[in-house]
Order: sequence, then C-alpha cells, then structure tokens
Amino acid sequence: MSRQRNRPDVDVEPWKGGHTPYDIIKEGALALLVVAILTLVLAIVFGSPDEPSITMKSWSNAAPLDFTQDALSQLNQTSETATYGAPYNDNSTGQQLGPLSLAKWVGAKIRINTVNAFVIDPLKALPPQPGLTSALATWSAGSASTRAGWLRHYGTAATHLHVVKGSIEPAVTNAGPVPVLMQSLLTMARSGALDEALGNENGFYNTDYTLPLLFLEDGNYLGNQAERQHLGGDQWGMMNETGNYPGQAWLWLYTFWYQIPPFNSSGNGDVLVWALMMLLSVVLLLVPFIPGLRSIPRRTRVYRLIWREHYRSVEHPSLR
Amino acid sequence: MSYAEIERQWTTRLRKRFVHLLPPDKLLPDTQPSYVASWIYVFGVTTMAALFVVIVSGCLLALRGPQWWHSSSVGHFMNSLHLWSVEIFFFAMVVHLWGKFFMAAWRGGRALTWMTGVVTFLTSIAAAFTGYLSQSNFDSQWISTQAKDGINATGAGAYWNVLNMGQMLMWHIVLLPIAAVALTALHVLLVRIKGVVPPFAEKTSVQTVDTTEMAS
Repeated sequence: MSRQRNRPDVDVEPWKGGHTPYDIIKEGALALLVVAILTLVLAIVFGSPDEPSITMKSWSNAAPLDFTQDALSQLNQTSETATYGAPYNDNSTGQQLGPLSLAKWVGAKIRINTVNAFVIDPLKALPPQPGLTSALATWSAGSASTRAGWLRHYGTAATHLHVVKGSIEPAVTNAGPVPVLMQSLLTMARSGALDEALGNENGFYNTDYTLPLLFLEDGNYLGNQAERQHLGGDQWGMMNETGNYPGQAWLWLYTFWYQIPPFNSSGNGDVLVWALMMLLSVVLLLVPFIPGLRSIPRRTRVYRLIWREHYRSVEHPSLR
Repeated sequence: MSYAEIERQWTTRLRKRFVHLLPPDKLLPDTQPSYVASWIYVFGVTTMAALFVVIVSGCLLALRGPQWWHSSSVGHFMNSLHLWSVEIFFFAMVVHLWGKFFMAAWRGGRALTWMTGVVTFLTSIAAAFTGYLSQSNFDSQWISTQAKDGINATGAGAYWNVLNMGQMLMWHIVLLPIAAVALTALHVLLVRIKGVVPPFAEKTSVQTVDTTEMAS
C-alpha cells in the first residue's frame, strides 16, 4: 500500500539500498573501552575540586560582624528567609507568573520562624548561664512592641558595631536582652556549637541542612566567597564549579537567561526563567509535531554532511 | 495441559508479542543500512558507554558512604572518575541529540524514540544536578542556595527541597538513576525496533511511503 508523499519532515521512504556488516557488541565494547580510558586519563590529569564547606564556626570566626548582622536580621525578621514567603512562611506573596502565585498556592510546607529557629531555640540548647538565662526570660516576657523597641535601638547601633576578639563592641544600651542574645549566639557559633544546634533539629541523626543553609545564605559571607570562586549570579552562577572545572555546562541556557533583561532585573526573574525553560523543554520534546520547527533539518541541509557518503553514491553512482 | 491452554498463558503471549516486535536479528543486528556511515553515529553508543562508567564509578563512591571522598585520596579519585564520566556522558549526549535533530530522526514513526531521548536528557540533567547538591562541600552549599529560589518559585520547592541533602542524595543515587536507565533502555529498544532513520530523499518528485513503518 502506498500513497503520494507530501510530508518529507514526517515520513520516510523504505530503505531499498544495501547493507553493510555491523558488529553491535564489538562497537559497544570498544566504546566502553575508549570512554573508560578517557575517563581514567582525565581523572588522573585533572582530578576534581573539593572546596571545604563553610560552617557557622568558620564563618563567625572569619566574618563575625557579618554573622552578627545576619543574626540580628533573623531576630528582627528582616532577613531574606524571614520575608521569603512560601515555602518557609506567609510573610510575602513570593514570585508571580503573571496572575499566578504558584508558591503561595502550594503554601508554607517547610515552616520556619527565624526568631526561634535561628536565635532563640539554639540559645536555649546551651547549658544554663545566668546572663543568658535571664536574657532569654526577658525576651520571652517582652511584648511584641517592647521587642520591636529593643530591636530598633540595637539595629540603629548595629551600623557602628565591630567585633574585637569575639566581643561585640561598643555596648548597646536601651536594647533590652538583645545585646546578650547577639553576643551569646556569636560566641556559640565561634565555638562550633551552633552548627550542632542547627544541624540536630530532627534529633541525633540528620541529613537535612535547610536551616543552616538558609542562615548562611542570608549573610554576605557565602556570596562573597562564591564571587571569589567566579560563581556569582552575574558570573553564570551555579553552572560553574569551584576551580577551573567545566561544571554543569549543560545548564548554560538556564543560566543564560539570568544574564539578560528582563530576567536579571525582574522581581519575578526565577519563575520567569523556569516557565521559559519548561516551555522550551516541551517544544524540544514536541519538535516532531511542530510544523516549521521540524522542517529546520531539511531546510538547513546539515544532513548532507552527515550522510555525505550516501548522497555521493546516489549522485555519482560511478564512484561506488 | 493442552496446547491451547499454553497459548493462552500470559507468559507465552508476552514472549510472542516481544519476539514479533523485536526479533533477535533486530535486537542484535549483524548488518546495518549502508547510509549509517558517519562519526555522528558513534555518539549514541558513547553516551551509553559513559552512562555505564557513571554508574560503576558512582557505585564505587557508594562503597564507603557520602563523606568518604573528602578524607581519602582513593575516594577522591573515585569522585574524579565519576565527575569526568559525567562530563563525557553529557558531551556525547548533546552531540547525539543535535546529530539526531539534523537527521530529523523522528521521521518514519520514530517520534516516540525522539521523545524518550529528550526525556532521558532532561532526567539526566536532574540526576547530575542532584549529584552536585550531594557533594557536601562549598559547591553544593552555593548551588543549593542559588537553585532553591527557582524551584521554590514554581511551588515545587515545598516538596522537592534542594537544601535537604538527604532527599537530594536519595534522588541522585536511587530514583533518578533508575529513571535514566529505564528511559535509556526504552529508547534503545525503540531504536532497534524502528531502525536508524534513512536519509532525506532528494532529486525525486514523487516517492512512495512505507505505511507499515508509519503505523508501527
């Protein structure tokens, strides 16, 4: 059964030409051997990067003021996490895709109260200390407006603070228990105890690092270190890898959108990039069914390079 | 047991259907059409070979657990093997994909072959991404904190939390590899069933179409 052909980008002629010997097992074995050797050579010559992770301890010792300012932003709920919205809280609508608030609709499924999660609860885990116990009790007894007043005073003074040998100076007055809480949290972090407290949220065993990663990201230290490793958002961000390694080069298109307007200037940049990438992925998936797009191979004639032997033999039978 | 009874068995029917769909000489062919003569064809089998090395090196890394490679030179070398096999895998896969695009390899009832290839590609990206998140070093700290915003913005972050290393590690070593291998197997079976797409016909105005191939 046959009919006239009118869909060259969909149909094919049955192959009536010749066949050549083909050893599929040998081909697979040779490919495996070559890839294994190439992998071995690349691993021996180039190795792989392993930049140690940043801990609360290393961060608070290297940049104690940045740590303290981050901690204050968690306590007065001005940090990125505190104002994020879903999935961490309800404090923001979050990003919108036109009229769609996707994250908000799904809701805050990983609920985080930055005041308790990052400051109060870790400090409560410390062994009793007279000054800290009293400060925690004062904080707990304070009304919302009283706490806001303490935090306002501390926040005003925070721009002039500095840390000398682990001690936050100068002393801030009229800020209630906040100076003690900040100093205690800094001391706790510098000792390594905060890493334990944030990492053991779920008990003895833990593999979920949501809390310490969010706390870390809210400061400037992580971003500064990433910039130095050419990993910033405007440096093609996360597709790169520490050191001179190729990283996830296959994410180039995803990362590309973050380099150009409107994606790099819009408050909804992330959801716009994701929507675009989802659309492009669907287009790639459905190429066989999209008129025009499926004609590109035939119209560009790149296939003549791929099948040049075939076309040569068809067009010049004498060369066979 | 009668012959008719045997013929009605699920096993018999499944075997017959499979053999009809993919007879041994199609599954393991010893000849191929003469137009299959280009270096571009190498990248399909190279992708599969690299996937095999990725899995083997991943299994070697798994022997001593996720922290091993930070403290052992042997473990670090296993990580290097894993990293570079992944790089080769993606390089070969992308070249294979573009090669098939310019061949319009979906022609002749091969659209499903193309689509399984694309889904395998996207699944592999997710598998590699979760691997980068599972490194438990500075790189994974940075990548996870940057990636969370995009995934959270879609709403998926509420359930697929890139900051949860345990969840990402499980996806990386169990769920996504199973998906990638299953999709690869399906893709290869479809290639064997449908055969390699023939070249575009040129210099003929009216040609015939193999409708049996289209229908299958």
